[in-house]
Amino acid sequence: MGTVAGIIFSGLHDKSIGELTRKRTIAAVPFACKYRLIDFALSNMVNANIDNINVITHYNYHSLMDHIGSGKDWDLARRSGGIKLLPPFINAHANPTNFLYSSRLEALQSVAHSLDFKEPYVVLSDCDVICNLNLGKMIDEHIKSGAHMTACVHTVDTLNYNTSTGVVYSADDKGNITGLELYNPSLTGKRELSMSIMIMKTSYLHEILLEATAHSYTSFLKDIIAAHIGKRKFRIFKHKGYFARITSFADYFSLSMDLSRNKRNRYNLLHQKERPILTKIRNSPPTKYNDGCFVKDSLIADGCVIDGIVENSVIFRGVKIGKNSVVKNSILFQDTFTGENVYLNCALTDKNVVIRDDRVLSGHDTMPLYIEKGKMI
Amino acid sequence: MFKKEECVAMLLAGGQGSRLYTLTEKNAKPAVPFGGKYRIIDFPLSNCIHSGIDTVGVLTQYQPLMLNEYIGSGQPWDMDRISGGVTVLPPYQGKSGADWYKGTANAIYQNLHFIKRYTPEYILILSGDHIYKMDYAAMLAYHKKKHADCTIAVIEVPIEEASRFGIMHTEKDGRIDRFDEKPSKPISNKASMGIYIFNSDTLYQYLEQDAANSQSAHDFGQNIIPAMLNAGEKMFAYPFQGYWKDVGTLESFWQANMDLLGKNPAFDLNDRSFRIFSRSKDLPPQYIGDEAQIQNSIISEGCEIFGHVENSILFGSVKVEKGAHIKDSILFSDVSIGKNASIDYTIIDEGTVVKYGCQIGAPRQENKLTVIGASLAIKAKTVIEGGVMYNHPMQAKKEEA
Repeated sequence: MGTVAGIIFSGLHDKSIGELTRKRTIAAVPFACKYRLIDFALSNMVNANIDNINVITHYNYHSLMDHIGSGKDWDLARRSGGIKLLPPFINAHANPTNFLYSSRLEALQSVAHSLDFKEPYVVLSDCDVICNLNLGKMIDEHIKSGAHMTACVHTVDTLNYNTSTGVVYSADDKGNITGLELYNPSLTGKRELSMSIMIMKTSYLHEILLEATAHSYTSFLKDIIAAHIGKRKFRIFKHKGYFARITSFADYFSLSMDLSRNKRNRYNLLHQKERPILTKIRNSPPTKYNDGCFVKDSLIADGCVIDGIVENSVIFRGVKIGKNSVVKNSILFQDTFTGENVYLNCALTDKNVVIRDDRVLSGHDTMPLYIEKGKMI
Repeated sequence: MFKKEECVAMLLAGGQGSRLYTLTEKNAKPAVPFGGKYRIIDFPLSNCIHSGIDTVGVLTQYQPLMLNEYIGSGQPWDMDRISGGVTVLPPYQGKSGADWYKGTANAIYQNLHFIKRYTPEYILILSGDHIYKMDYAAMLAYHKKKHADCTIAVIEVPIEEASRFGIMHTEKDGRIDRFDEKPSKPISNKASMGIYIFNSDTLYQYLEQDAANSQSAHDFGQNIIPAMLNAGEKMFAYPFQGYWKDVGTLESFWQANMDLLGKNPAFDLNDRSFRIFSRSKDLPPQYIGDEAQIQNSIISEGCEIFGHVENSILFGSVKVEKGAHIKDSILFSDVSIGKNASIDYTIIDEGTVVKYGCQIGAPRQENKLTVIGASLAIKAKTVIEGGVMYNHPMQAKKEEA
């Protein structure tokens, strides 16, 4: 038994990128050639030696189950602990109005009977944040401080940071949380944006769940955390390095592109020797570049066969790009197949899309074209 | 508790592979990297699992550390089983003494107790130094159909090369009537692929006899097969069609890697119905930079390419800086090539760093393959001529001076 257990909410932000989550939960959204969003949350935990991880699922979790499998690719196929998927729990006697949970707190309550682990601390994480976090350090600082809860934050400059959602914490200069509010346009200066990753004492989590049941609370942040500020010791932990939060499809597109263009971001996220990002192993052969291909400024996965031209793009596993085809500023998900003389610009093709010979498709930077899973064009 | 198996495979992986020079200095031949992300042993192991054979003994002897570590629990090949799966069988100390494996037959003989636990009807003998895809189940079906005591897989080779192989002569129905090990005047072009299926009782009997014979070299090709033929056992040749390459020499190793390239390669790794499994490192995707030019090459995860790469195989996490030219070469994992360096017809082993401006190797036409050892630091502007086997840091300093 370790000191820290993990809880991952796999589906709390499903609605923020509707295009990609129509057939999958946000945790299973592909990112950066070979990963799925949950890989970042999982790897952060595994790299901090957490080996008891509970994934609370919501809707559409089949592709997530397929991705996780036994957990062995994250070294989480363990005799005790390891990884456990907790689907929504509704018993046979529930009344017909008893729908699936809609908030973090309800999600926790619905699986509370499964959260009886012995680890004295617990890390909670969502899947909409992409980062390579030194969670081990955050855990150490939390334990040392004796706080009830430590929230992971990323300092953002409100001038440059463009989002309509999220939570910001205010803290004193010792790092103690003094308030929290929703991100809103009236905020100025540098603010501590919540990364939806926090650590708390397991006993405190259970206390929260009891309190919530007693008072029928539904919001974790509003009803509990906000109400406890000043009464309990809450702290922030500042994450430096790569941070991205996906709040829309356009966001997703530009973040993917940035990773292929920006070497520093790529290194901070994917090339940390001590903290590798782990994902499901697919046993693809290496990528093959045939005569006549031309590739530049692109991030490319294993298992591709490239005969055409690829520029400024993110190419996932098993993609085939035919002769004389041009793929520019695009994201091609796993097993996309393009024929010959195809032209693609600012497009995102979902899994198993087939684009036949001579098709010309283009979106725009601000409005990328999305092609649904399995479509043939 | 062991489940009965119809067929147990024994994979001979103890050979030194001395003709691969520096590549096998600290590594057994079956663990030599191949094809961008594989090791040679992935091919027979993947063949086994595709053929429904999930009980495999791997006989190791020479430099086994990397091989042991690589095979591990057998999980990458789906061979982490409760009964069977993959078992590494090193030489061991017994009650009557300790012995190295004295030959291929002796290695199997010393591990008969391993085989007998599964009470198999058939035993498949494989070697760990060939690149090929093969359905052993089809060969086993042939063996059963012919009511054979032993079946040897054969492939037709050009007659001028036949004297490098064990050559079979067969009757019309495929029965072997003659076998010559590396004959100077070959009488047929059917070469043994080193893949045998034996009826287990027959094999036990001949291995016991061979073990009692102190004159024997305890080798399948030299001793067991001739003894069985002389005794008139029913031995058949199973004709194999398809790609098969012995990678025992540096040239053939290089060629087999190059056979993966091209739109219609001689050997296709992209066949999804017959995936080759391997122990994967979790590496980030590869990045191809703005001045990169890549033609006819295979490039693996974790690579970062800013230079020119042509007709080459790049393993995981290789870096090629701006202005560097890589041609007709094989770069193993974590090799790094500095700015404006040029690498021609060269194999570079894992982790070696080539600084800027180096010139290594000679063009392919000159037919002088260059090999650079592992974990070396080649100083800037070093020139290494074609055909050099380069393995010691001291050598590097001298060349530079």
